[in-house]
Amino acid sequence: MTDSAEKKNAMTAGTISLRGLVRENVRTYAMYLVLAVLFIVFGIATKGLFLSPRNITDLINQTGYVAVLAIGMTCILIIQHIDLSVGYVAGFLGAVSATLMNRGWSLLAVLPTILVLGVLIGMYQGFLVSRVKVPAFVTTLAGQFIFRGLLLLVTAASGTIIVRDKSFRALANGFIPSIARMGGDGAHLLTLLIGLAGIVLVIVTQIRARRNRRKYLIRDISPAAFAVKLVFLTSLVALITWVLASYQGLPWTAVVIGIVLFGYNFILNKTPLGRNIYAIGGNKEAAELSGIRVERVTFIVFASMSMLAALAGIMFTSRLASATPAAGTGFELDAIASSYIGGVAVSGGVGKVTNTIIGALVIMSLTNGMNLLGVDISFQYIVKGVIFVLAVAFDVISRSK
Amino acid sequence: MNDAILEMRNISKSFPGVQALDGVEFSVRRAEIHCLVGENGAGKSTLMKILSGVHPYGSYEGAIIYEGQEVRFQTIADSEKAGIAIIYQELAQFPELSVYENIFVGHPIAKDGVINWNETINRAQQLLKRVRLDVNPSMPIKHLGVGKRQLIEIAKALSKDVRLLILDEPTAALNDDDSEHLLDLLRELKQQGVTSILISHRLREVVQIADTITVLRDGKTICTLDNGERQVTERDIIRHMVGREIENIYPPRSKAASEETVLDIRDWTVIDPQTGRQILTNINLHVNKGEIVGLAGLMGAGRTELSLSVFGNTPKYKLVSGQISLAGQPIDARHPGDAIAKGLAYVTEDRKRNGLILGQNIRFNLTIAALHKLVDGAVINENKETVEAGELKENMNIRAPSIWQYVRNLSGGNQQKTSVAKWLYAQPRMLILDEPTRGIDVGAKFEIYTLMNRLVEEGMSILMISSELLEVLGMSDRIYVMSEGTITGELPASEASEQKIMALATRTLEDSP
Ligand SMILES: Nc1ncnc2c1ncn2[C@@H]1O[C@H](COP(=O)(O)OP(=O)(O)OP(=O)(O)O)[C@@H](O)[C@H]1O
Ligand SMILES: [Mg+2]
Repeated sequence: MTDSAEKKNAMTAGTISLRGLVRENVRTYAMYLVLAVLFIVFGIATKGLFLSPRNITDLINQTGYVAVLAIGMTCILIIQHIDLSVGYVAGFLGAVSATLMNRGWSLLAVLPTILVLGVLIGMYQGFLVSRVKVPAFVTTLAGQFIFRGLLLLVTAASGTIIVRDKSFRALANGFIPSIARMGGDGAHLLTLLIGLAGIVLVIVTQIRARRNRRKYLIRDISPAAFAVKLVFLTSLVALITWVLASYQGLPWTAVVIGIVLFGYNFILNKTPLGRNIYAIGGNKEAAELSGIRVERVTFIVFASMSMLAALAGIMFTSRLASATPAAGTGFELDAIASSYIGGVAVSGGVGKVTNTIIGALVIMSLTNGMNLLGVDISFQYIVKGVIFVLAVAFDVISRSK
Repeated sequence: MNDAILEMRNISKSFPGVQALDGVEFSVRRAEIHCLVGENGAGKSTLMKILSGVHPYGSYEGAIIYEGQEVRFQTIADSEKAGIAIIYQELAQFPELSVYENIFVGHPIAKDGVINWNETINRAQQLLKRVRLDVNPSMPIKHLGVGKRQLIEIAKALSKDVRLLILDEPTAALNDDDSEHLLDLLRELKQQGVTSILISHRLREVVQIADTITVLRDGKTICTLDNGERQVTERDIIRHMVGREIENIYPPRSKAASEETVLDIRDWTVIDPQTGRQILTNINLHVNKGEIVGLAGLMGAGRTELSLSVFGNTPKYKLVSGQISLAGQPIDARHPGDAIAKGLAYVTEDRKRNGLILGQNIRFNLTIAALHKLVDGAVINENKETVEAGELKENMNIRAPSIWQYVRNLSGGNQQKTSVAKWLYAQPRMLILDEPTRGIDVGAKFEIYTLMNRLVEEGMSILMISSELLEVLGMSDRIYVMSEGTITGELPASEASEQKIMALATRTLEDSP
């Protein structure tokens, strides 16, 4: 078979061809492909409305809370647990943040308070799961009830709590300040600068990583494939920058997602804690016998999940500028679906938060696009459910090969 | 060669970065026992996976002629239909289900979609008789030992009217009695016309049972030896397998152990908190600096439980009395992490279940127990990790294209080397090895033994649990024998013999003094 000969050649040359690259990363590329197809289909169906700078900005703002939840959920799913409570934890703490804002607290006081409350909730659930060994499914299902109840309590007096504070609203609706507008009403300068910095960063880190792989004789992609990858990545960043800059600039939501993503990606890939998380997901018994404190790591992962749920709660409340008794309903499904679409293995042990973000974009593009098209909510649920199941089935099949 | 039941012609197969098989010729006569031997990673399992359809037609080159016709199996079901059954080393069984359910899982005896349980149990009983296994067919198999489960797997194969039975290292996890029983069964099946292909690293049993022996090395057929008159010797096979003579499989050691005690276990009594059963009774054991101590005993004697409880696996074991000290310091390990921090390491007996993280690469597995060595500030120094993992891989002779290979894709022996290497990276003072050479070839065994000698010469101490008596006798300075959760005897190597160890290993609580 030419197939095996080709693989041998790729080895002796020490590089992977473009085709090889695609073949080895079907899972990741399939996800990008789905996203691209969604963009094109919705772009055409809405006569370009979907792709307008304004809607893309909207899409990012809508994705914010799901992306944050999904990053935490990815960690949970890697260690083979699940957290069903995140939606109502977000709803409840969002309502608390709204109440505190209306009592005259400043945003800088509310933010840490809510995050700490989130951590406390996570510690309670993490304790039950890791120490008492109540299955995560049960613990967090109970959590769903408890925090839904608490959300109803907090909103009982006034129903919807409206927040008028500008800084709070800006969090999920505002944009980074502009130094200047190019040519009067033109592009947003600071955004362009950040985009430029992003492009430089992409090029520098990619080249450095490639040099490193060369140095340690790690199997690497061929120069042609590398060039294609570089061009693709830089033009993607350039495109996004241009789109955002031509509207109102970089939304704060993107900044928040960026920080959370960077932090979790760093922890998962560069620190012992991250390694331990993957080890536990891969083989819990082996991890334990390698000296990893499985209980402690599980506890930490649950605590961090609810912290992110708290952040998501604030973002969602800020987005609507109000807390409602129904906030948080179904968020856990969006988060779990994003993680799975982003390539977390159903059997645990494998997953990348960077891909989870793409998963979140897929889910939210569906929501956004179908909303623009005026698709009835009932159909939206069905479509999302089908996509979710297809993603997981595809994953299971491609992994069993 | 017209009485050949199987001919595999010019078979080649490659995985990314690995040429696993390279023009293999393999031919098996009807109703013979054909042994397939070779070093770890030689391609034995891969060849059998091709034959049984795990690697489907099209993923390899070459032709398979079975019963005179070319066959192109796409799935295991295809090969099963043709009367070929493969029994893997890792048994694919359902521990909670009964013996008869396990035998007939996948091909129930049913009429109109309703399973006929009476008939099932009847047939199961006949099959159990055929494999000479005396158990209640309704018993869940989790209560049975590995040896018996292996036989159940064979019964399952027989229930499908198997004509060609493939066994991939069936005896690796068995004690001598169980292996003997299994081999007897193969001889009997041969009388009934069933052909068997047996992969094994236990050359002693290979020369006893094989009618023909095929040796693979580096994915090529080296030779096919006729053993009709039992004329082949272990040395012959080894020579073909590794391509050179190995004079003494247990290499001599140049330095004697010191008198300084490193590990000291006193009055160790442990119960299983779930059942309340006492699993270890009053164990006293010590290991000196630079010493290799063998811990012999039959399967289920409590040797693994002893190591695990010493290693701090507290939720599973409840300590009733006893203390341990390591180099004079008392240790009270509540978690394996504590034990590791004090300088203890434990290489588990079942590398797949609790030794390795199969879905990760070699580098990940090698460093996971000692990440602290790589941490700069809070960050893992990956460049250092890459270099050190690479060196360790070379040192330990782990055969894989690179440290980026997934451990799942390594051959059994190379997985074993990885799980030992992982602990060497942690630089322990005291190393407990639980069945360190299970499923690995003579060459690799020799490497592991040489390594053990080097380690103790450098001042490490080793407690080696092993069910292979020859290995215990060949490697230990001192030997403890366990039976039914207690130590029944201690022998200096100079006085030990197979008979003495077996006598102690089969002694029960009542007749010990
Ligand atoms: N799925 C796979 N992907 C990549 N490489 C593989 C895969 N399966 C086997 N290999 C490689 O093919 C070679 C042959 O492996 P195989 O398992 O057949 O060896 P073996 O002779 O059975 O060894 P052992 O005695 O250790 O079990 C090894 O180098 C192994 O790493
Ligand atoms: Mg094998």
